[in-house]
Amino acid sequence: MENLAQIAMQDVNFGAIMPSLVLVCFGMALLLVTVFSPRGKTTHVAYLSILALVVTGIVSLATWTPAGSLVGNWQEGFGGSVRLDNFATFFNIVFLIAAGLTILMSDDYLKREEYPIGEYYPLILFTTAGAMWMASGTDLMTIFLGLEVLSISLYVLAGFFRRQERSNEAGLKYFLLGAFSTGFLLYGIALIYGVTGTTKVALIGEILANNPSLLTNTMTLAGMGLMSIGFLFKIAAAPFHMWTPDVYQGAPTPITAFMSAGPKAAAFAAFLRVFVIGLAGLQDQWTSLLWILAVLTMIVGNVVAIYQTNLKRMLAYSSIAHAGYALVGMVAANAIGLSGILFYMLAYTFMNLGAFAILVLAGKKGEDNLTLDGFAGFGFKRPFLGVAMSIFLLSLMGIPPTAGFTAKFYIFAGAVEAGYIWLAIIGVLNSAVSLYYYLRVMVYMYFRDPAEDYGWVKMHAGAVLSIVVAIIGVFYLGIIPGAVMEFAKLAIF
Amino acid sequence: MSPTVYHYLTLSAILFSMGTIGVLTRRNAIVIFMCIELMLNAVNLSFIALSRHLGNLDGQIFVFFVMAVAAAEAAVGLALMITFFRNRESIEVDDINLLKW
Amino acid sequence: MLDTYLPILVLISIAVAFAIGSVVFSRLIGQKKPSAVKLAPYECGMPLIGSARERVSVKFYLVAVTFIVFDIEVAFLYPWAVVFKQLGWYGAGAMGFFIFVLVIGLIYEWKKGALEWE
Repeated sequence: MENLAQIAMQDVNFGAIMPSLVLVCFGMALLLVTVFSPRGKTTHVAYLSILALVVTGIVSLATWTPAGSLVGNWQEGFGGSVRLDNFATFFNIVFLIAAGLTILMSDDYLKREEYPIGEYYPLILFTTAGAMWMASGTDLMTIFLGLEVLSISLYVLAGFFRRQERSNEAGLKYFLLGAFSTGFLLYGIALIYGVTGTTKVALIGEILANNPSLLTNTMTLAGMGLMSIGFLFKIAAAPFHMWTPDVYQGAPTPITAFMSAGPKAAAFAAFLRVFVIGLAGLQDQWTSLLWILAVLTMIVGNVVAIYQTNLKRMLAYSSIAHAGYALVGMVAANAIGLSGILFYMLAYTFMNLGAFAILVLAGKKGEDNLTLDGFAGFGFKRPFLGVAMSIFLLSLMGIPPTAGFTAKFYIFAGAVEAGYIWLAIIGVLNSAVSLYYYLRVMVYMYFRDPAEDYGWVKMHAGAVLSIVVAIIGVFYLGIIPGAVMEFAKLAIF
Repeated sequence: MSPTVYHYLTLSAILFSMGTIGVLTRRNAIVIFMCIELMLNAVNLSFIALSRHLGNLDGQIFVFFVMAVAAAEAAVGLALMITFFRNRESIEVDDINLLKW
Repeated sequence: MLDTYLPILVLISIAVAFAIGSVVFSRLIGQKKPSAVKLAPYECGMPLIGSARERVSVKFYLVAVTFIVFDIEVAFLYPWAVVFKQLGWYGAGAMGFFIFVLVIGLIYEWKKGALEWE
């Protein structure tokens, strides 16, 4: 008992949480900056939060070990609850990019919607920190904590426009359903803990491998099922996608963009770590479960998207469909499939945030004009934004030479390699269906007479910068994906 | 006969189911939230019973975190409900109906 | 061991029997002549002011929300207090940081005016 302090000191390793620690400290400092700033002044908070993300990015990249996730000399801390391996670092970079692009497009948007409230930025930083804990957590406890830090900040952000009924509704709906799904996740964790006696992911995997009799235990299977509900809810996979369109439509547009990229990637990171490492022994079971859900998710997302006229809602269904494509990689669960998911998350971050950045610029106050009709003739009146939107839509469709194509290519290649040829075929067919609703936006932009002159669309520097960054990202990942794919391959388990 | 871990787990499962059914059938947002809390506390009961049964403390530590998280969630949830109520004069979930497909 | 609690059990039984008995007997034996005044809620003999189903000011919620968040920190202080001696300065520092984070929240709240009743 005398040397408890020594044990604690050795156990805790702040290096393992350095990126999120930096982010949280910046977040707390910014909270104080906000509250001591004059009302309605938020631009400096936005700049400072960008600085926070840059610093965190540098700290994150410094921990990359070229030898790969399995053999790298990663930072591990808190009694093995947190591990900053390449897998975590790759996802951290994805979160930081998503948060950065979101913040860039937010400042002028908040002014236009007359909600210049500085707390917005610290909340995004906290969300990102939560996402980082999910990606680097190797204990179900850390993963749960990360998930909740992420979710609670997001509930607030979704309901951020507190006098706007749509935003209220989005926040409340997200909160009720999110808390509900958390209950299932927790119960699953409790059951797995009951079976294995530990909450450490790697240890769960070992114990299950050493005691095959546990694999057929009802409690193990129930625990797996309940945990997957919690994760599938967060990645918006069918049939747990019901909240997605409502929340995505009602939330402030930059937050919708962020939600579709950052938290979704975080949920995938935790899902992968828990299932591929912890529940490796049950792979047959969860593969067959996810096979069905992947198909269902792709079909629901793509088919319902066809009937949408509101673009935010259409992109919400499209994001459900994309979660389905990424799940295909998880079903394959081989090197190409898993690193394909990592690549996919990065590619999707660029193309989806880019598309949303254009919606941010094109909206009027209140955003009732973000419909297909509201984009009639947009492409000729606003040539740069029209071309940029077309690029992002082509990428979302998966047309070469964009990021969307290479990402889908890796995922489906992984599925074929693992023998899931039918799954790959269904995925490709679904991509073909998706052409319809993505192309329809382009048809409206270029082949309809402009009803308006789009004079209200101002080219705000932040949003334009995020669009440019997203375009560069989309083409970089589309034309020379090799380097990033190598990184992704080093990052998987 | 003193209660064993199975009794606690059964009780926890019953409480969890009650919470789940409550969430699905109730119409008032606050009552729904209370049902969610019931689910979380059912899980806490499981954790404590299992922790005692297995003889390690992980489960109890988990309960601390669940409690802290539930409190934060309650704070945010109540705040969201208040803003919603201010705009709509109601917190019935049937009135959460602006957004539909 | 359990014997020592026997008097308490007896006391509880008597209390419960008395409570139930007086309600039941007054219902059975007593006369019933209701009037508006008799049916009104009892407020220490004072005349009623408004309805009992009044709305509670939203400020109470604010206080409640604040209370929940700061109340739970105690849950983390107890386990720390148990091993506080063994953990020494390291533990004190760690808990100090934890409290520091909460203090930032408190400063924020104070500055926002959430602690004022107006």
